[in-house]
Order: sequence, then structure tokens, then C-alpha cells
Amino acid sequence: MRKLIKLHNHDRSIVTDDWRYVEEDANAPAIIVSLPQWQMERDTLLASGKKLGVKLIPADKVEAIASDATKLSLIALEFGGIGEGRGYSQAHILRRRCNFIGELRAVGKIQRDQLFYMARCGFDAFELPEAADLNVALTAFDDYSVAYQPGIDKAGLELRRRAG
Amino acid sequence: MAQFRDQTQRFLNGQLHEDDFRALRLRNGLYIQRFAPMLRISIPYGLLSSAQLRVFARIAREYDKGFGHFTTRQNIQYNWPELAKVPDILELLASVEMHAIQTSGNCIRNVTSDHLAGVAKDELEDPRPWCELVRQWATVHPEFAFLPRKFKIAITGAVADRAAVRVHDIGLILKRNDAGVLGFEVLVGGGLGRAPMIGQTIYDFVTPHDLLGCLEAILRVYNLEGRRDNIHKARIKFVVKSHGIDKFREMVNAEWQASRAYAPVWSENEIARVKAFFKAPAYETLSDMDVVGSKGNALEQNKFRRWYQQNTRAHKVAGYRAVILSLKSVKRPPGDITDAQLDAVANLADQYSFGEIRVMHDQNLLFAHVRQQDLFALWQALDAIDLATANIGTLTDMIACPGLDLCSLANARTYTVVDLINERFDDLDYLYDLGEIQLKISGCMNGCGHHHVGHIGILGVDKHGEEWYQVTIGGAPNGKEADLGEVIGRSFKQEEIPDVLERLFRVYLEQREGDERFVDTVRRTGIAPFKAGAYAQADQAA
Repeated sequence: MRKLIKLHNHDRSIVTDDWRYVEEDANAPAIIVSLPQWQMERDTLLASGKKLGVKLIPADKVEAIASDATKLSLIALEFGGIGEGRGYSQAHILRRRCNFIGELRAVGKIQRDQLFYMARCGFDAFELPEAADLNVALTAFDDYSVAYQPGIDKAGLELRRRAG
Repeated sequence: MAQFRDQTQRFLNGQLHEDDFRALRLRNGLYIQRFAPMLRISIPYGLLSSAQLRVFARIAREYDKGFGHFTTRQNIQYNWPELAKVPDILELLASVEMHAIQTSGNCIRNVTSDHLAGVAKDELEDPRPWCELVRQWATVHPEFAFLPRKFKIAITGAVADRAAVRVHDIGLILKRNDAGVLGFEVLVGGGLGRAPMIGQTIYDFVTPHDLLGCLEAILRVYNLEGRRDNIHKARIKFVVKSHGIDKFREMVNAEWQASRAYAPVWSENEIARVKAFFKAPAYETLSDMDVVGSKGNALEQNKFRRWYQQNTRAHKVAGYRAVILSLKSVKRPPGDITDAQLDAVANLADQYSFGEIRVMHDQNLLFAHVRQQDLFALWQALDAIDLATANIGTLTDMIACPGLDLCSLANARTYTVVDLINERFDDLDYLYDLGEIQLKISGCMNGCGHHHVGHIGILGVDKHGEEWYQVTIGGAPNGKEADLGEVIGRSFKQEEIPDVLERLFRVYLEQREGDERFVDTVRRTGIAPFKAGAYAQADQAA
């Protein structure tokens, strides 16, 4: 069974993934589809009664699912490698602007060195490559003890967001 | 710190792939160069204490070959550290509140500024508190740590632009609007490198309250729209160019509007708290004095007068001058300094300039607050450690990247060209007659030596495995005159360069009207007469 790191408030834990990508098991009760599939089969999927998630690749525009964000229980953002940074802004927009409150999952070639940044941008689930040692990765959220900027997760040291 | 120690250990143990370690080590300023790693240390807006300088001296002595190299972005880099010892160096830096975070990699780099900040007579507002506020916002910013490419910000607050704000990804110019309110003109899309471009104004006036929202909007548009498929087209200037500044502004406007409600903002208290760090030192009440000719014998007086004229600058407080320490001695490559010099400079700073040292863009150092009555003694002390070459602003105050001698990207050597030029142009009176000339040399088209914006630029190119040098004239880095130079024609061999320069100067001296500078003459006449001069005689000689 696939394992994930999940954040809940200030707790972090390793959990078994309840979700399946549609290509793994289309009959699972909680499935994740690609953006093109979502756009083509949106109504059918919504009528299926399943828990639904969409996976975006870095080139996908977040705006494409902005109006559906409250209907989705999960959005997964894929990272192609450590240098691929679009997902951080995608996460920011989903959390700040689309009022997405479901699971925001980082997936792909993720290194533990990115987890601190990701959590601050609003990710709360991390699907690391199979070979990764999740117990070691759990400690990565403490890489920096202070932050100047306010993030989605906590206030910054010196800067304040205007509201909320 | 522990994070980087762990990353280094994982890499050395083979647990971290080389490509992944690169992305991570670069964030801590560590490059792998031709012969050894290179470590670049951040010096925010170029400001240093004597204690920090002594740590640089110690690092040079214990971890390098006795040298440090000051860069054009007000940082210092070491070219010979051992990888396994880099975490130790970082620990040492941390003891004086310094680090190498975000000095490389595709993130927001050191925020740079005017070396005369706080002391210049033409200053509207001290840019340093704003640099510090922007630096804090940019440090380990969670959303903008993995951008398409590096991102450089410069801020100036004076009439004369000494921070080259138009060749930065974002340039900020402090100004007051008609109502007297302080704000920033925001420029975007400048940069050097392979495709040099001059930044354009995206907003004429942004208040401090709105600035971070504006910067985040620009960065977010760039993070999402910037190219990641081609490293040579990944800087923000390509986004600006491909859409045009007006369309780009619309994109940023839309993003800014959408994020305005929750954008980060500095409180008045925070601004006041940071400003308090930049309070003026405890100046004495003095009056301006005539310093030249009062001390020393005739020979010393003559040398001192030249140094005073070339290497010191006006100060807004009566009785004080700012003093430039020339790192352009013929004995060392531009920007290089030894551990012993670093220690000596730290002591002199304590004695003469409130323990403060500044790094300049043109790879020199500056004591910002020297009592005029101390200038002669300081000159003698600097002369004794070879930091008083009276060549600031002249031809031999060259900027040069390390070139093929040290850098793995370079096509050609630069330091040998510097030596040839220093050998030929060793007559200070001739240099003074030529007046202000900014000569900038890069060893490859990445342009770390800023050759594009040199009054004269020299670019090392590789032709069939041989080193050749292309010459441009008419560029300038600063202010409204900022522009890119034009190539005069075919490339030259290294040995030809001094002759070519001499011929260009002959044309200049013939064509010069009044006391116009070399670059002004080039811009008035166009490059044609210079081109004719440079090549006609070359062909005759051949």
C-alpha cells in the first residue's frame, strides 16, 4: 500500500493512501483523474458519488479548475524535479484565491529538501517517490526554525498578511 | 546549516544524486568550478563590519589559498575551498551573522544598492532599510525559491544611479510624487548575460505599503509564465520581451488585483524598526577643510593629491569624505584581496570609518565616513598595503570576471588581458587625460564582467579552440544613460588588445569636444570613426 506524509494542524504522520489514480483502479471509492479527463467527464464524475481528485501538471492553468475547487476533495500537483517551481504558485492560488480546503498533494520527483517550502505554500500531503525514507523526510519540516514571510501554514516573523 | 551539512554528507556518501545536489548546493552559494568548488557569500547591499571582514580573512587563510574575490554584485567568493569543509566555513560565517543562502541557484539573489547610500549628497532617501526589508521578504520565500532562473533586485535612492538598476530583473528607484509621498519607480526586465536588455518602467509610482504586493505579483507571473525548457531564455526579461511591457503590465495588474486583499505588507513599526539599524554614525561637528598640500613632502603631496582627486568622494556631512580602496592594483586581478589585506582593512575601518566597510559593484571597497583630517594618514596606511592605486574611474579600474583561469564556463582568459592593459597603460597622467572610462571584461557570453555595459567592453570568444576577443564601445551601466555597447567589428587576438585600445583613444582625443567623456564622444559621433581607427591601422600594420 502506498504511504504518504500528511500534515494536520501541527501534526505530521505517515498514513496509508486511501486514494487511487484512475489508471490504477477506476472502481476505487476515491479516484484522482487528470485535468483533461476532468474537463471531458466532469458531470459523469460528479454524478458517480465517488470522492474526486484532479492531478495537475506544471503547465496546467489552475484557473481551469478554479470554479470547481470546492467540489473536489483533493488536488494533486505534480513536480517534475527539484527545479520545477510552478507548483508552489499553483498551490498559493488554490489555497488563497480558490478557497480550496481539501487535500493538496505534492507528487512526483520530490526531495525532502522541498517539503519545508511546500508546507508553507499550503500543501498538506506529500507522495514521495517509492524509494524515499518517509521517517527521515518527516524531520524536514523543521529545516528552518523561523520564517520571515507569512505562509499558508503560519504567520511570518516580521511580515503580516493584510487579512485572513 | 545542519541542512546543508546533511545534504553535503548525503552527496559525499552517494545518497544524493549529483544533479539534485547541484540544485541544493547552489542555493547555498556553492559552485563546482574548473579546479575546485567555489563558494559565494552574500553581503547584503555590500555592507560589512570589521568583525565580518576578519572572518573573511580567516576563511581566506584557513580554507582558501589566502585570497578572496569581491564580485560585481557586492558579494565575496572563494575559489579554492574543499567541499567537505564548506559546512565548517558556513558555521564560521554564521558566527558573524552571515551566510551564503541564495547567492546562486534559481532564486532571488542578494539585493544590491548604492555604495554611497546614507552619505551621498544627491540622495533623496537611504535605500538600505528598503534593501533589508526586501531581503528579508525574499529570504527562503516559500513560493519563489525555485524560479525559472535567477532573480536580481537592486534599489537606489539617489539622483545618480550607482546601483545599475536598469540591468536588474527588478530595479527600484526611490522617489517622491507630487504630493511629497515616498514611493518607488519599478523597473522590470533588465539583465546582462547572453541577451542583454535594459529594464523598462512597469510602474511609475508604488507606495511602500503596496510594494510587496507588487513584487509578489511580478514574481508570481514570472514563476508561472517564465520558460523552463531553455535555460538561455528563462530570465524574466524574455517574458517581458515576448509579451511587450504593456501586455506584461496587464498580466501583473490582473495578478496584483487578485492578490491585493491578502498581499504581505510592512507595518509602520517594522519599517521604523529596520530603519533604526541604519542610523547615521556618531559624526563629530567638523567643517570642510583643505586637505591637499598640508602634510608630507613634495612627492608625497603629489601622490596624495592624485589619490584624493581620484579615490575619494564627497560626503553629505561637513568635514568627512568617502574613500575608495582600489582593488585594481597591477599586482592582483581585479577584486582580489589577500587575507593580510583583509585584516589590515578591518583595522583601518575601526580606526577611521566607524568599523564599517562597503563593497562596490566595480569590485572596490569603500570607507564611507572618513574625517578629512585623517585622509593623509589613511592614504599612507592604504598605500603601504597596496590599496591606494589612484586609478578609480579610469581605464585601469577595470571590471573582470575570473575567466578561463578559474571558471568552467569561460571561453577565454581575462586576467592575462588585464595584465596586458595594465602593462601598457601605466602612465597615470595619460589615464587622467582619458578621463572616466569604464572598461569591462567577460570571459564568455554569460557576461559576468558586464562587458555589454562597459564604455569599452571586451568579450572572450572561442574560435576553433583559440581565444579571441570581441570589442564593444558606447555601453553604460547606470541611470538613464544605461545602454548596451556596439561591436566594432572582427575579434582580436589577446596581444592586439592594448594596440586596439590605444588606437581607439587616439580617435577619441582627436574627436573629443570640450571635456566630454569617451562614451559621450562615441555616442555623438557613432562608432564609425572608431571602427575606422581601430582597423585601418591594424591592416596597415599587417
